Amino acid sequence: MDVSQFHATFFEEANEHLESLESLLLSLDLSAPDPEQLNAIFRAAHSIKGGAATFGFRDVANLTHALETLLDRLRKQELLPTQEMVDALLVGGDVLRSQLAAHRGQGSADEAAAEAVRVRIERLAEIESAPVAPVVIDLPEPQLRRTIRFRAALTQEVVDNLLGELRALGTLEVLTEPARARGKSGKRKGAWVLALTARAQATELEELLQFVIQPEELEVGEGEPAPSAAASVEDAGFGLFEDAPGTPAADPGYGFFTELPTGEQVHAQGYGFFDTAPGVSEAAAPAPVDKTPAAAASPAKVVPMTGSESSSIRVSVEKVDQLINLVGELVITQAMLAQTSLQLDPTQHGRLAEGMAQLERNTRDLQEAVMSIRMLPIAFVFSRFPRLVRDLASKLGKRVELKTVGEGTELDKGVIEKIADPLTHLVRNSLDHGIESPADRRAAGKPETGTITLRAFHQGGSIVIEVSDDGGGLHRQRILDKARSRGMQVADDMPDQDVWQLIFEPGFSTAEVVSDVSGRGVGMDVVKRNIQAAGGRVDLSSVPGQGTRISIRLPLTLAILDGMSIAVGKEIFIVPLGFVVESLQPKAQDIRTISGECIMVKVRGDYLPVVPLARLFNLPSEVVDPAGGILVILEAEGARVALAVDELVGQHQIVIKSLEANYRRVPGISGATIMGDGKVALILDAAALVRSSRNLSLIAA
Amino acid sequence: MTQSLVSAPGASEAPVAASVLASREFLTFRLGSEEYGIDILKVQEIRGYDAVTKIANTPEFIKGVINLRGTIVPIVDMRIKFNLGNVEYDQFTVVIVLNLANRIVGMVVDSVSDVITLAAEQVRPAPEFAASINTSFIRGLGSLEERMLILVDIEDLLTSPDMGLFEQVH
Repeated sequence: MDVSQFHATFFEEANEHLESLESLLLSLDLSAPDPEQLNAIFRAAHSIKGGAATFGFRDVANLTHALETLLDRLRKQELLPTQEMVDALLVGGDVLRSQLAAHRGQGSADEAAAEAVRVRIERLAEIESAPVAPVVIDLPEPQLRRTIRFRAALTQEVVDNLLGELRALGTLEVLTEPARARGKSGKRKGAWVLALTARAQATELEELLQFVIQPEELEVGEGEPAPSAAASVEDAGFGLFEDAPGTPAADPGYGFFTELPTGEQVHAQGYGFFDTAPGVSEAAAPAPVDKTPAAAASPAKVVPMTGSESSSIRVSVEKVDQLINLVGELVITQAMLAQTSLQLDPTQHGRLAEGMAQLERNTRDLQEAVMSIRMLPIAFVFSRFPRLVRDLASKLGKRVELKTVGEGTELDKGVIEKIADPLTHLVRNSLDHGIESPADRRAAGKPETGTITLRAFHQGGSIVIEVSDDGGGLHRQRILDKARSRGMQVADDMPDQDVWQLIFEPGFSTAEVVSDVSGRGVGMDVVKRNIQAAGGRVDLSSVPGQGTRISIRLPLTLAILDGMSIAVGKEIFIVPLGFVVESLQPKAQDIRTISGECIMVKVRGDYLPVVPLARLFNLPSEVVDPAGGILVILEAEGARVALAVDELVGQHQIVIKSLEANYRRVPGISGATIMGDGKVALILDAAALVRSSRNLSLIAA
Repeated sequence: MTQSLVSAPGASEAPVAASVLASREFLTFRLGSEEYGIDILKVQEIRGYDAVTKIANTPEFIKGVINLRGTIVPIVDMRIKFNLGNVEYDQFTVVIVLNLANRIVGMVVDSVSDVITLAAEQVRPAPEFAASINTSFIRGLGSLEERMLILVDIEDLLTSPDMGLFEQVH
């Protein structure tokens, strides 16, 4: 068996363990640590160590060993967790992550940092502190003799690693082993029976072994510490695997099922030792020898790793995207059929019409269901911020509390990936520039601890994500001064909104001191660009002394859009409905020209520039006078324009297709879609059209 | 004719041809009176010309985009690009759908002739001559009885900045 085929699984699992380690550490209440939580942290570290040792990643194993030692003492309540420990463990987690990345071939691990943190953690673990709660009697876990049985095809290298790991836990006897393989790369197939006398928990053993052995091929049993003869163990009735189908280790589903063997098996064998709380059950039933059938009646407690794991599967994004594409095709085909069937006589083809209606409903449901696969709660992004805020605040000497609201709000995975970085920028900015130092805050009569709030909610077809702080707000004058010094055209009486937009200009930073956190002026322009690239927009509001709020509005999904179809000449275009304010037929007297070139239209007292789509795209239009056509009022980036078109065609939900996949970016066009008749229609880039009103060209600034 | 060109005597003198000749089957098509050959492995399919959706502010030879079974595919008219042949669109107009560098492009030509196999010795290096197509994309001249085929590296040609089909990688 090629071990490397399991590497990917190990890396994925190890990263998951690291993530849970980190989030658990951050949520740990130091004044009253939850033993269950400490156990969970320990298990996470332990699982990584087990896997790393099995695959021969010595550096990872060494460091996790140090982590584990400290965590072990914590969970046994020999030590009280301190802030220092949490810090050290968090740093350890970071180093592990980089080590794992290095093993994956991404970047390189910093050995010095690894060594430093290992020493730091070891030092913390060595502190001799009296048990805080003297009532708790520190019972050593009793030495248990366990029988481990599994069937697998393993290379000698894996076997050696595995046995080495087990020997480190206690006394190991190999009772039955398959014949040695010929050659170095050969595999040893067959059944193994090992007897291990150690203090380790059964769950620990399982986790250790699961990296190379499929859970259903693995059996850890409680054996009596007596005869070493394999036969007697066989007789004890462990012959479970004799009839098991013998297709070991080839299952691609390996690693998805971190649960233990099915309850039925466990019950039948009566291994009532899947304990989460160490030292509790052992205290209740201290004797290691309890192999009577009566013990079998005690229900086995299966420890789920995380709540949701059992009910989810890991599927590659590619497969989901393929599914979404296929459903998109189906929707188009269905629309085509619907159009064709409309031309038939409904009295003669009643059944067909019924069927078509049914098909339409089903297709729409299917589409919704498939799209929801890609939807993830925004907690995936928000969860990275507690750590970031914590580290940054202590670095900057500020006191900050992070609040998150609406973590359950779902949005498309693609959108999530696109906003993670901009959002990080914004949070850093709020912390660095927004929140003042505790002294300043006290002087301003505010609580010393500042608050940064991350909020997500749905609004119409979009998701809105807000980053707000209760800091000092933006300095209007400083921004204006900075703009002048950079030679920008600004006026003192500019509206606030326009002033705030200046900070999105490239290279614009008003921070007095350039720190390593932010202030180099690269950031806000990138944030804005990234968000716009994802089809969203950024709004900013700020009150001096009260704080700043930045809201990002994004489409829920990148794949589907509510669109209004319009016609110019023979061409059909789609305008994303989110940008459409209204559409109207102008009266001739409301249309004015400025210097014979620019056309303006008066809509409810406001003069809006008219953008003739036909002229912009060099299309033959049937409407020469704007008063004879339709105006669609678009709003984007805080400005409004009236788009002059020949007629409105309808409103559809469209599937966005990339124009860039086989062609290139087209100015003024954000994508394409396929209409019911199978023809391609282009989707207008509303933001670019609004910009174009300033210079009547589509060359983006 | 399966031996590799590198070991063939005189191969070093015509290294340009080597890449094209690795596969020796060519799809031939006509543009006006000229006959061209392109690597058959680049061809995905051949289909008729149907209505395209125009894209504003593009050169005339980029006809627009079509829906090819759910994928948006640009269509270029080589006859306009190289000023060859009669630019008419009717039921006989042919589009060669090419798969180049993981992208799909449709190319309008006058007609598709056939698929031919050329042996190494049937391919001559292209002399310096004035052709409608920039000679740097011509990989050789194939002679088959009385016919002369201009062998074009279609991938290099269509991905060149001159065509403006793809965003240039910086």
